[in-house]
Amino acid sequence: MFKRVVPICKTLTNSRSKAISRYYSSLNSEQIEMQSMARDFSEKELFPNAAKWDREKIFPIETLRQSAELGFGGIYVSEEYGGTGLTRLDASVIFEQLSMGCPSTTAYITIHNMCCWMIDSFGTHEQKQKYLPQLCSMEKFASYCLTEPGSGSDAASLKTRATDKGDHYELTGEKAFISGAGASDIYLIMARTGPSGDINTSKQHKGISCFIVEKDSLTFGKNEHKLGWNSQPTRSVVMDACKVPKENLLGGEGEGFKIAMKGLDGGRINIGTCSLGGAQKCFDLAVDYVKNRKQFNTSLSGFQNVQFKLADMATDLEASRLLIRQAAVSLDNKETDSGVKCAMAKRFATDKCFNVVNDALQMHGGYGYLNDYPIERYLRDLRVHSILEGTNEVMRMIISKPLVTK
Amino acid sequence: MRILVGVKRVIDYAVSIRVKPDFSGVVKDNVKMSMNPFDEIALEAGVKLKEAGVATEIVSVSIGPEKSVDILRTALAKGSDRAIHIQHDENVEVEPLAVAKLLKKVVEKEQPQMVLLGKQAIDDDACQTPQILSSLLKWQQATFASKIDVSEDKSTAEVTREVDGGLETLKIKLPAVVSCDLRLNEPRFANLKAIMAAKKKPLEVLKMGEMGVDTENRIKVLKVTEPQKRQGGGKVADVNELYDKLKNEAKLL
Repeated sequence: MFKRVVPICKTLTNSRSKAISRYYSSLNSEQIEMQSMARDFSEKELFPNAAKWDREKIFPIETLRQSAELGFGGIYVSEEYGGTGLTRLDASVIFEQLSMGCPSTTAYITIHNMCCWMIDSFGTHEQKQKYLPQLCSMEKFASYCLTEPGSGSDAASLKTRATDKGDHYELTGEKAFISGAGASDIYLIMARTGPSGDINTSKQHKGISCFIVEKDSLTFGKNEHKLGWNSQPTRSVVMDACKVPKENLLGGEGEGFKIAMKGLDGGRINIGTCSLGGAQKCFDLAVDYVKNRKQFNTSLSGFQNVQFKLADMATDLEASRLLIRQAAVSLDNKETDSGVKCAMAKRFATDKCFNVVNDALQMHGGYGYLNDYPIERYLRDLRVHSILEGTNEVMRMIISKPLVTK
Repeated sequence: MRILVGVKRVIDYAVSIRVKPDFSGVVKDNVKMSMNPFDEIALEAGVKLKEAGVATEIVSVSIGPEKSVDILRTALAKGSDRAIHIQHDENVEVEPLAVAKLLKKVVEKEQPQMVLLGKQAIDDDACQTPQILSSLLKWQQATFASKIDVSEDKSTAEVTREVDGGLETLKIKLPAVVSCDLRLNEPRFANLKAIMAAKKKPLEVLKMGEMGVDTENRIKVLKVTEPQKRQGGGKVADVNELYDKLKNEAKLL
């Protein structure tokens, strides 16, 4: 038995760069250093400004660029094109800390990262050279455009049409609920190159292609009034015979849906992570509050119902963290079932962590309801995490499919 | 020009400190530890001098238990070229006099042109090490620096100090000891690439007991207690009552 223990120990200590171990167990010293730095940045630059960004609907471009200077613009994009060349696990550790400061802004950073990764993974050398350096530095911002007014969960039924005009493509259609739209310079747009007749058949996903579209040819709807995520604009993106150069097709024709879904796998770990960070912050605030607040001549932390509630919250946070980190390791190791693990992590963490924030708000009593206290902002920000990047219902479809498929 | 920067691992400034039940000290178990904030400022000053082409090498040194290596890694990530860890056992207290003597040994080996230290550590607030070190080395000192300018030929430096009366500018001969105050600069965040690169930078570990320095404590801590809780104020009827309270209750006169 000892013989098998030694090789595993070797891999755990030799943990620089790509995940070698199959199972997440703990962070290495570099990850702890990155975590510490991200926490510093979050506490100094995100948390103090988040309430203002939320209230005044400010997209914090300067702060985003500052985060990119630290390497947060393309965390798992290859260094060759300006990325930081780290792993999904490293990214999750970093995003969790950032999200403790501002889940909304961090979520945008993760979306930007996802777009960069898609170009890095499926792009040609020319496309990567052209777009990635400026995206990784956040000189330019990116948005991911899949959802349409008529297709959300049924993403593959999208209608935006891409017509091959010989020397360019022409895109016509509308995308809805696009994060960063209007502010972003680069848009990854999923459009149909295949026959429209395939929509609502089992072949519908095969006719979708992914395009890198620059801002000038697009028009945008109004900035949506939202419950949360106010530090990022959300708009519809309208294409009216929009000209896209042939060389801006990402991957091959018909590969668009696969690319979009692969992007979302990692995106799901990121959104789960954003929920986790936000919930951890609210939990920390609640622990502090109940130790100090007294009623019936006792600190709230002296009451067993409060203690038990905190215990359950702490357990849910720990479970969410482990599920997320294990999904990240699985994705880094390119395991075949990583998609299911990512779906599980997203579904679990977004649900549990929203409840943790809700409980933390309850523990704050009336103060929890006030804007002066940050908890309600976290509640509003986290509420959308069980909806976007695949609703938690779609997550259940992904998880159950291999179980029931004969 | 080589600069030596001293960094200390202390309880993080944001932590709510609790006194141990036996009043022998403060609770340090499971408490977040970080680099002393004034040392971060000192390190940033050194790195800025290197970026300006004035300094050629920044060497960070820390005296502490095994875990101080984390602080040195942070220093390497933030721009230090090399690090030296003078390691001692857990729960050993090292006083400013001993720290200064140990730093003197390092100075004798490394031959820096400047030693940059934080003005004081936020755990003991001693504010003595820079002054003692400069005395042991017989070097000039400039403490509470809010601005440092090194001359072209690197033989002198002009240092602006924050003193009670305002700002005082000194011209000092190099090599010298400079201690850094709050407004000298704003320390940078280490970026991810630097954090990854830090692993490859040299980190030398020395054992404190083998350095031939007398590190025996001369100070005995009798008791550590919380500061008195803030009392409510009160109104006085006239100057006589005020005088009486100041003299007999607060014992300030």
